[in-house]
Amino acid sequence: MSLTFIQEPLDKTAPRVVPAQSVTLHVNGQARTIQIAPWTSLLDALREYLDLTGTKKGCDHGQCGACTVLVDGKRINSCLALATVYQGKQIQTIEGLGTEDNLSPLQQAFVDHDAFQCGYCTPGQICSAQGLINEGRCKTVDEVREHMSGNLCRCGAYTNILSAVMEVLHDGEAVVDNGVLITIPAQPTKAL
Amino acid sequence: MNSFTLTQATAADEAVRDLASHDGAAYLGGGTNLVDLMKYNLTRPTHLTSLGLLPLADITSLPDGGLRLGALATNADTAWHPEVEKRYPLLSQTILAGATPQLRNAATNGGNLNQRTRCYYFYDLATPCNKREPGTGCSALTGPNRVCGVLGTSESCIATHPSDMCVALAALEAVVRVQGPDGERTIKFEDYHRLPGDKPEADNTLKAGELVTAIDLPEEGYADHFTYLKLRDRSSYAFALVSVAVGLKMNGSTIEKARFAVGGVAHKPWRDQEAEQLLEGQTASPDLFRKVATKVFAEAKGYGEGSLHNSFKIELGKRAIVRALKQAVEMDYEVNSNAFLNSNP
Repeated sequence: MSLTFIQEPLDKTAPRVVPAQSVTLHVNGQARTIQIAPWTSLLDALREYLDLTGTKKGCDHGQCGACTVLVDGKRINSCLALATVYQGKQIQTIEGLGTEDNLSPLQQAFVDHDAFQCGYCTPGQICSAQGLINEGRCKTVDEVREHMSGNLCRCGAYTNILSAVMEVLHDGEAVVDNGVLITIPAQPTKAL
Repeated sequence: MNSFTLTQATAADEAVRDLASHDGAAYLGGGTNLVDLMKYNLTRPTHLTSLGLLPLADITSLPDGGLRLGALATNADTAWHPEVEKRYPLLSQTILAGATPQLRNAATNGGNLNQRTRCYYFYDLATPCNKREPGTGCSALTGPNRVCGVLGTSESCIATHPSDMCVALAALEAVVRVQGPDGERTIKFEDYHRLPGDKPEADNTLKAGELVTAIDLPEEGYADHFTYLKLRDRSSYAFALVSVAVGLKMNGSTIEKARFAVGGVAHKPWRDQEAEQLLEGQTASPDLFRKVATKVFAEAKGYGEGSLHNSFKIELGKRAIVRALKQAVEMDYEVNSNAFLNSNP
């Protein structure tokens, strides 16, 4: 699909038309070529051009973390990334972490721990938690809280999000912090 | 966001040439500040020179015992680099006190230096701001200004530099390496950022078209006695109201060498070399620390009382200095990224 960009520039000195460029992104193991403008964010490229709508647009300013994806295994805010400069990088979205029939350990843990209410922040929370696990830096509850602080949950499901992340981080072992049981050992998978 | 063209440069000299050949161009690093500013229409470059492919992301040892931080190394990779963690734990801890993991994974070292203020009025296109639009006035002088500065301010601007990392780099006496149309040069960290004076639109002393290529750390990293104390409105993901980065060399209870910088109080990381000298050769004591703190804020000027205005930063800043010096001497606090969770005075 070829798209023409005729957005009127706000700044009169700006070039009036910038042609769309052919950009190849490697997303969830697949090379996908799209025609986008230089100002298309990675978030918009995923959602509007690649139909990967699992990644959510929350604040669009890097404050809420709903748009978190993994680039070469590291979590970033896709809303502040210009897609065109992410060619050649391995991009992983929530769609690439697991499938409906084969959830990733984090996805399963979020289900088991009821770690969401509305679910809008969840893909970002899970991608961020996967990034946290990839980093290998966090062990304690305080560390996980601090290193998940880039993901806001308007419903306030933090307690269960923390439990879900701690469970996967510690391979399903119960974690006790200051005498309080933080994670519940994984429940048998329930059919939904 | 306005429309623009974009070039991906592959070498520093190519980037400098590309920027110079486009009117209204800007360098794009990690984009975590620039793209945000563009979304707010606060800055409207007509061309971006992307630096992502430049071979400037390495962290390498220098022959003089120092460490070179590539300008394109991310904040996260810098904080967690083995040499930084071992020799410059102050820098590591300071970086981890800022932003979020997602932002630190994209934000670059060069971009951290060049990020803009988070003053409310700079971000609010509906209000006058001399930094955003020179000559329109400073709304922060009389409006709510809780986040604004109390040291080195001017009638034109009381904005603060928002970085945590730069506070540590000031204390560590880093050197900034830049490359521009006239070649390469180095800038001492204390000379990199500037005070607002009557030209608040300029955050730093970079000349037109200059690009940060690296940040050099001297050999001394104060790994035995250091702290970064960050005080803020919530315990994570907030800019500092006041922060203090301290590096000390101790001989018993005597302070042999002292370097510290204060963040959140000025248009640049605030270093007071006379105050540092008050510490050197002296026995560490609360009285000494209070004397030093008083010296640093002797000429501070607050802009209104109450929780919406920033005069509280003067007393908070003094107490933060006393506490940070104590922490650095005793090293009896939790040295991890959560240390600041227990740092409220």
